[in-house]
Amino acid sequence: MSVLELRDVSKTYGEGASQVHALRNVAVSVNAGEFVAVMGPSGSGKSSLLTIAGSLEQPSSGEVLIGGTPLSTMSRNDRARLRRRTIGYVFQDFNLLAGLTAAENVTLPLELDGTPVRTARAIGLQALNELGLAERAGHFPDELSGGERQRVAIARAVVGHRNLLLADEPSGALDSVNGEAVMRLIRTACQRGVAGVVVTHDAQLASWADRVIFLRDGRIVDQTAPPEGPESMLSPSRQA
Amino acid sequence: MLITGYYTEYDNRRAGPMSIRHALLALLSEGPKYGLQLRQEFETRTGEVWPLNVGQVYTTLQRLERDGLVESDGSGDDGPQKGFRITPAGSDELAAWLHTPPDLSSPPRDELVMKVLIAVHTPGVDVGEVVQSHRRYLIQLMQEWTRLKEYSADRDLAFALVVDAELFRLDSVVRWLDAADGRIKRASTDPRPAVRAGFPKAPKTAEVRP
Repeated sequence: MSVLELRDVSKTYGEGASQVHALRNVAVSVNAGEFVAVMGPSGSGKSSLLTIAGSLEQPSSGEVLIGGTPLSTMSRNDRARLRRRTIGYVFQDFNLLAGLTAAENVTLPLELDGTPVRTARAIGLQALNELGLAERAGHFPDELSGGERQRVAIARAVVGHRNLLLADEPSGALDSVNGEAVMRLIRTACQRGVAGVVVTHDAQLASWADRVIFLRDGRIVDQTAPPEGPESMLSPSRQA
Repeated sequence: MLITGYYTEYDNRRAGPMSIRHALLALLSEGPKYGLQLRQEFETRTGEVWPLNVGQVYTTLQRLERDGLVESDGSGDDGPQKGFRITPAGSDELAAWLHTPPDLSSPPRDELVMKVLIAVHTPGVDVGEVVQSHRRYLIQLMQEWTRLKEYSADRDLAFALVVDAELFRLDSVVRWLDAADGRIKRASTDPRPAVRAGFPKAPKTAEVRP
C-alpha cells in the first residue's frame, strides 16, 4: 500500500525572471515497509521534495497523498494532526529542544497530540530503550554525543504509530560508523512497516535503501532497480 | 550476477602472488601450520572474499621455502600434512611488508575515466546520461555490498572490513562522477570560449618530501 504518493508535483519559488523551478512534474510512490533514498547534487530539489512530502510546504501544482488522502483536501488542523501523528522527521542538525531531556524530546509530539503524560513517557522510554539509550533518557541534548543526539531524533521520529519517516541528510554531521548506525535504525523502522524517505548526497548512505531515486534540476532522471535477496548475492565461495 | 562477476575480476587483479605470500607468512607468525590449514585460515581471515586453490598455496609455500622465509618439517611429502614454520628472515620480511605503503603514486588506467573523457568529445552523445548510467550501476553494486554487510558483517570483522574497503572504493568513483558531472555542466554553460592552457610539464619522478 502506498503511504506517500507525489502526483505530478511541481514547485516554483519567486516570479518572472528570478523564478526558480525547484521541482518539475515529480511522481513518486513509497509503499509501507519501503526505504527510498533520493540522491542529487545541491540545488537539485531534494530538500523541497522532502518538505512538500511532509506537508511542511505546499506544491505549486500537483498533489501529495498520504495514506491515500490528498493533502489539498485537508484543513490546516488536519494537516497539523497528520504531522504529529503520522509523519516523523529527522534533520541533519537533529533539531532537539535544548531545554528538554532526551525522554521529554521524544514524548513531546505525543503529549502535544493529547496522549496522557504517563502513557507518553512509557512509550518514549521504550523507544529510547530500543535504540540503546535507556540510560541517557534523563540527559539534556548538550550532555549527549552527536550519535546519541541523532538516535534521540530518530526515536522522536518513530515514536507512537508513525508510518512515514522523512529524513534530510540524517547522518550529515556524524562519522561513518555512527552514520551507518543511523541508517540501520531507519532500515529497522522500515522493516517494521514504516515507509522511509531519506535525501542525501552520500552514496554509502543511499546504498542502505531498497530503491535509490536520482534527482537532477528538479526532475527524477533515473532510479535503481530493487536489489535481489541476500542469498543470490553471495559469491559461489561464500555459498559453499 | 553482478557481484559474482565482480569477485572473479577482483581475484585476478588484486590477489596477486605478493599478497598471498605475505598473508601466509602472517599466518605462520602465529606458529607452525599445515598447508591445508593455511588455506582455510587465509580464506577466513580475508572474509572469504579471496578464495584460494590448493595449488596456489603450495606453489607459494615452495617459493617461500626456496627464499629461506619458511622451513618445512622436511617430510619430503608435499601433501596436506606437510608442516611449515616461519624463519627469522621471514618475520623480518613480514614486518617490512606490513609497514611499506603500496605503490599508489601513478594513476591506474581507469576504463570509466576513459569512457567519460571520450563521451565529452563524441558528437551526439549526452555526457550526463553516460555519467548517470555509470552512477546507477555503481550505486546498485553498493546496495548489494551494503546488503551483504547488513546480513553478515556483524558476526565477521574481516568480512566487514573487506566490504567497507569495497564500499569506500566504489563511493570514491561515484564522487568522481558527481564532480565530473558538475564540471562538465559548468563548462557547457560557460559563455567564455574554451581556451586550452598548455599543461604544466609533469615532473619525471614524483618526489614527496615530509
